[in-house]
Amino acid sequence: MANLHTTFAGIRSPNPFWLASAPPTDKAVNVNRAFEAGWGGVVWKTLGEAGPPVVNVNGPRYGALLTPDRRLMGFNNIELITDRDLELNLSEITQVKRDWPDRAMVVSLMVPCEEASWKAILPRVADTGADGIELNFGCPHGMSERGMGAAVGQVPEYIQRVTAWCKQYSKLPVIVKLTPNITDIRHPARAAKNGGADAVSLINTINSIMGVDPYSLTMSPSTGGKGSHGGYCGPAVKPIALNMVAEIARDPLTAGLPISGIGGVGTWRDAVDYMALGAGNVQVCTAAMVYGFKIVQEMKDGLSNYMDEMGFTSIEDFRGKAIPTVSDWRYLNLNHVSKAVINQASCIQCGRCHIACEDTSHQAILATKNGQRHFEVREDECVGCNLCAVVCPVPECITLRDLKPGELDQRTGKTVRAEHADWTGHANNPMRA
Amino acid sequence: MSTPSSPDIRPARRSAADYARAFADATPRFTQAQAVLEAERCLYCYDAPCATACPTSIDVPSFIRRMAEGNLRGAARAILEANPLGGMCARVCPTENLCEAVCVRTTQEGKPVAIGRLQRHAVDALMESAQPQLFTRAAATGKKVAVVGAGPAGLACAYTLARHGHDVVVFDARPKPGGLNEYGLASYKTPDNFAQAEVQWLLALGGIDIRSNWALECTEQLDNLRKDFDALFLGMGLASTHQLGCPGEDLGGVQDATAFIATLRQTDDLATLPVGRRVVVIGGGMTAVDAATQAKLLGAQDVHIVYRRGPDDMSASSAEQAWAQTNGVTIHHWLAPVAIEGSDGHASAVRFARQAVVNGQLTPTGELETLAADMVLKAIGQQLGNPVLVQAGLVLQGGRIATDAVGQTNLPGVWAGGDCRAGGLDLTVEAVEHGKQSANAIHAHLTRA
Repeated sequence: MANLHTTFAGIRSPNPFWLASAPPTDKAVNVNRAFEAGWGGVVWKTLGEAGPPVVNVNGPRYGALLTPDRRLMGFNNIELITDRDLELNLSEITQVKRDWPDRAMVVSLMVPCEEASWKAILPRVADTGADGIELNFGCPHGMSERGMGAAVGQVPEYIQRVTAWCKQYSKLPVIVKLTPNITDIRHPARAAKNGGADAVSLINTINSIMGVDPYSLTMSPSTGGKGSHGGYCGPAVKPIALNMVAEIARDPLTAGLPISGIGGVGTWRDAVDYMALGAGNVQVCTAAMVYGFKIVQEMKDGLSNYMDEMGFTSIEDFRGKAIPTVSDWRYLNLNHVSKAVINQASCIQCGRCHIACEDTSHQAILATKNGQRHFEVREDECVGCNLCAVVCPVPECITLRDLKPGELDQRTGKTVRAEHADWTGHANNPMRA
Repeated sequence: MSTPSSPDIRPARRSAADYARAFADATPRFTQAQAVLEAERCLYCYDAPCATACPTSIDVPSFIRRMAEGNLRGAARAILEANPLGGMCARVCPTENLCEAVCVRTTQEGKPVAIGRLQRHAVDALMESAQPQLFTRAAATGKKVAVVGAGPAGLACAYTLARHGHDVVVFDARPKPGGLNEYGLASYKTPDNFAQAEVQWLLALGGIDIRSNWALECTEQLDNLRKDFDALFLGMGLASTHQLGCPGEDLGGVQDATAFIATLRQTDDLATLPVGRRVVVIGGGMTAVDAATQAKLLGAQDVHIVYRRGPDDMSASSAEQAWAQTNGVTIHHWLAPVAIEGSDGHASAVRFARQAVVNGQLTPTGELETLAADMVLKAIGQQLGNPVLVQAGLVLQGGRIATDAVGQTNLPGVWAGGDCRAGGLDLTVEAVEHGKQSANAIHAHLTRA
């Protein structure tokens, strides 16, 4: 078993799988169960300021994007921050941290954007013995209407100001949780760093409406005939989150800032995606809400086996290794040529590659050979777009073959060249260097 | 008092509960959850092999995709548009030899999408719905077409013609319409009176009149039909059976398997139906399997299917053979009947000569075997057996009516399809396709300017 210990923003945990601030981390009973199952840490569900707590709707809080056989692809919620009394939460956090000293206990916070509010709550959190705080600048529903959550995360100046207050009034590591409901994630990340943040975590949920009931023509989920947009998460959002993580990791102004990856982590492979793009750990919610806390055991085992297979002894051995492979389009090598290859031994002859290519792409896959059903790539038409490989139901049946320098590209009639040539110097680029 | 040598043929061998269980649906309908999960396995192939393999060219990927999307009515439309008897075909098609044989999931994982069961789910859901009708008739053409035979071919032909706006009269020799669907299939394949429910669904379109108890007995009847109607479709199936031609065939307890099945299908209380303790079924087709399995389910102790060639030569599919064996029927190969033995005018055993293929010829080995039997069922094939057709001038080919690709016979204005048409596979689904093709040809003929 590989060593899965991590130290993230100075916070130690036995494995990189933390439960994100969300319903699964709202109460001691849940968090104790999570730690029993083996989670490395939790971010306690967001606390608000002292006084009467927020209230939640009593209709549906969740909606989902399901496949016809009801596998969950996307998940949406309109639950607010904790609706329990602040004192109760603080006392439970204190006790749970005392009972599980080796696990990471981070407390998520959301109070009004006023210095006094933050100054008041930060010492209370420190008194619990928690390992760090996470600033909820991401919640996109309900709280944002009150000038908190995403309403702060969408204004870099606010992020920087609040982060600075937290660093001023607390010794705990500060993780700033970012909202994806912005145009360029680098700006809020830079603001967090400028405010002194020890780390960022992302993404929070995406503004979303799950659908409309076709028979009542009411948006769903709805409470008493009306709904409001929710926060979208789950497997479907992972690619969006990965891009944002990579953007921050390769931005010279934020490079090196610890990142906690959030969004659609349900397997060890998802964790590897995030970590290879620079994340120091991952946070999980949807997978736990679908399968229960035990799912972490499968993630840990998978990650450990992967690391053993690859010869990695620590997560640091592969963290960030994929960042240099992320580039801008203009730097991609236009001299590189790929062609699709169909493995006839594993082809089941469904013809999906053919019809996808024929109808929507480059007419580069034949459907017959000598009058028989047979699918084969026409290299003189194939642009290497990968559509056929994506729609093929058989793993590894269709692959892309990289042409070697000196090989003839039958489509262009030109020989593949060894040297790199990208758009920046291309003859058709009016802005070429 | 029965003596040891007297035949043991009697009713009520089992309890009422056992009869109900034995003759219940052989392949129970999918639940909605099962249907969706199974539908999700369909890959929506390009130029799908399953659709090509279907004699009626049902667009299988379309109907399955519609099921996965929760559009059961649309799924039923895709099926019934191509095959108006899609409900029965879903129950009786040898799908393992047709659509499911070429499903790419078989190549991938050795298990095809359960196309037949999905098809049944969609059609059953439609027929149970508040508005089971999908199609309406085109404007009346004023043309009248006669159809002889209310089996799969005749019904499919009548339905298609009625949709085109023609008026159709279907003449049938039996008291009930449906042909083999009503009289010739094992009851566990189509329980709960589905054959009649399907006929009622077809007739609800309008424009189809059924005349029962009408047998074709003289050429004058055919002449009149040709005179009184604008076109004639013959789909009377194969009314008579092949005989063994061996001694003892006229003994008591010996009967045609088709008659045995027809009687069973028309018996409300199966406890009243006598069956032998030891039953020998001679033949190797679906009829042999249906008769033998049902004899076993009626409570026979020993049931044997005896076929003169090997397992690969049997026209019953391997799935049908396995079904019979699972139900306790023993299948013997390479045995040809030479005599039915009996006493007191009743069969008591069948004597067989063992066969082998020598130089490509089926040849007796000289070895004889005898199987004791209280009941002997003959299932060695059917034939047209109606001299009226030849008398009326129809050209036959191999004992069945010769036609062109769409069923046109040598007589102007007369088409034929189903089992009575030469060169077919003797499948329900093929009969439906014949009826449909001929209906479209008749429509083209009647509307030609």
